[in-house]
Amino acid sequence: MTSAPPDHPGDRTPASTTPPGQPSTSLRGTGRLGDVLFRLASSGSGVLLLVIMAAIAGFLLYRSGMALSQDKTNFLTTFEWDPDNIVKPSFGIAVLAFGTIVSAAIAMAIAVPIAIGIALFISHYAPRRIAQPFAYLVDLLAAVPSIVYGLWGALYLVPHMAGLNDWLDHYLGWTYVFKVSQHGAPARNLFTVGILLAIMVLPIITAVSREVFRQVPRMHEEAALALGATRWEMVRTAVLPFGRPGIISASMLGLGRALGETIAVATVLSANSKLSLHLLDAGGGTFAQNIALKFGEAGKPGMNALMASGLVLFVITLLVNGGARLIIARRKEYSGANA
Amino acid sequence: MAKRIDVSGLSAFYGGTKAIEDISMTIEPRSVTAFIGPSGCGKSTFLRTLNRMHEVIPGARVEGKVLLDDENLYGPGVDPVAVRRTVGMVFQRPNPFPTMSIYDNVAAGLKLAGVKKKSVLDGIVEQSLKGANLWKEVHNRLNKPGAGLSGGQQQRLCIARAIAVQPEVLLMDEPCSALDPISTLAIEDLIGELKSRFTIVIVTHNMQQAARVSDRTAFFNLAGVGQPGKLIELDDTQRIFSNPSVQATEDYISGRFG
Repeated sequence: MTSAPPDHPGDRTPASTTPPGQPSTSLRGTGRLGDVLFRLASSGSGVLLLVIMAAIAGFLLYRSGMALSQDKTNFLTTFEWDPDNIVKPSFGIAVLAFGTIVSAAIAMAIAVPIAIGIALFISHYAPRRIAQPFAYLVDLLAAVPSIVYGLWGALYLVPHMAGLNDWLDHYLGWTYVFKVSQHGAPARNLFTVGILLAIMVLPIITAVSREVFRQVPRMHEEAALALGATRWEMVRTAVLPFGRPGIISASMLGLGRALGETIAVATVLSANSKLSLHLLDAGGGTFAQNIALKFGEAGKPGMNALMASGLVLFVITLLVNGGARLIIARRKEYSGANA
Repeated sequence: MAKRIDVSGLSAFYGGTKAIEDISMTIEPRSVTAFIGPSGCGKSTFLRTLNRMHEVIPGARVEGKVLLDDENLYGPGVDPVAVRRTVGMVFQRPNPFPTMSIYDNVAAGLKLAGVKKKSVLDGIVEQSLKGANLWKEVHNRLNKPGAGLSGGQQQRLCIARAIAVQPEVLLMDEPCSALDPISTLAIEDLIGELKSRFTIVIVTHNMQQAARVSDRTAFFNLAGVGQPGKLIELDDTQRIFSNPSVQATEDYISGRFG
């Protein structure tokens, strides 16, 4: 924006002892050890990440290729999962894809608004002596092992969902999605899984959003306040738009966990291969849950088929992340990074 | 538009620390009043008490009275949000909202005030940008991000944003200290034009600037580090810079300290 000051004329005189074009000894780079080590360490880590990603993708592709070459039915659109059947092996993942995406979507729909609310409370509303312990508390939630969430979900959440399910059925049953067709059945359904996943991804989304909100420059907040913004209007005009890319990134981290969550889903959901839009009816499945349940008894083709389903999860995650990157990049010049 | 400000017995605190003590002064409408003084003398703090921005800092509070034409800004039941709509502010570093276009930046205050009609917004945005001498430079890229402008243009954008809500008073906290001389000149010219419509108060570290743009000048000083800042004197700018009545003012403007 501002131009560099003109060089001091004295700087231009070449040192008399060095040949023209060659930098004098005092100007030559010294290649200090710390710099070299740091450069190697940081680019090395970058390369390592690429290698790991490529290795995972390669492994999944190789094993899936073996499975799919034996596939006699349509992999992506059928429901039946019986890869070890010698007569007619079937590899339908439609139910798994549906269950994974729907449960993760429910989780995000619940978790993202609540996480933003908690993050704003910690960063902008709560007095400091409350905010700090509160932030710790949220971080602690992230440290609870999945199996504990799973057991809590199965032993507490499932039996206590009946009331909410009936309420949803009564008021939102007309949407078809919230229609309960088997009253009284345990709520081992995708909706319960979504709620459980929401609780599990809440801490990570909250923690990242909170840090982003804290970094909103004070001067932007003051700009809003000086225009006569209330606290909420200040948040809406200055904090949320500035934090938007961060919220998206935070949600992606949460979504990654929701898509890949295994044991908690396996504990709560009663697995079956019925594809049902009735989210409150028991049953369904997710990729990770299916892998966890089946790999113990899977034969060679079954194992390959499980890998193939893992590949699909991998691709879904990549697509969602790519989409998120696009959304962030589209508004790059408004990101505030250049302010 | 443009109201008189009457301050009496005003002190401001950061937690337990008193930043300014017992300041009383009258600021005339439709004029430019400059605040000068050494760093830490509390002139910016005092400026921020005039639109109740001081208290947005945790632990900060104010004692005393600020009358805006007879209405006490610190009276019971006065909403600081309403005060800030009446007393606009321009900051030291240009701070357009980075996530908004030029148009949206200027319209931001109006939208907060509930103006929704596009035609009304269009009119005020154009008028405000013209008022800030920025219209010619940006009229064909109103939908581009405000952060893409040069520093001087950003500061004029912030002035346009501040005057768009039609305040009575415009407070400027060292508005040129982050700008190059040419942009500074543009802002100073603009201040000269705006004073016909607003009461303008400007904090500046640049004494030539105070002498160039202001009608009245207030000199603030502090007795020592950790002491609260005080108003030393307020007089016509010409008198302050030629024949001040207090020795400390004379010492400061002649460069003997500070």
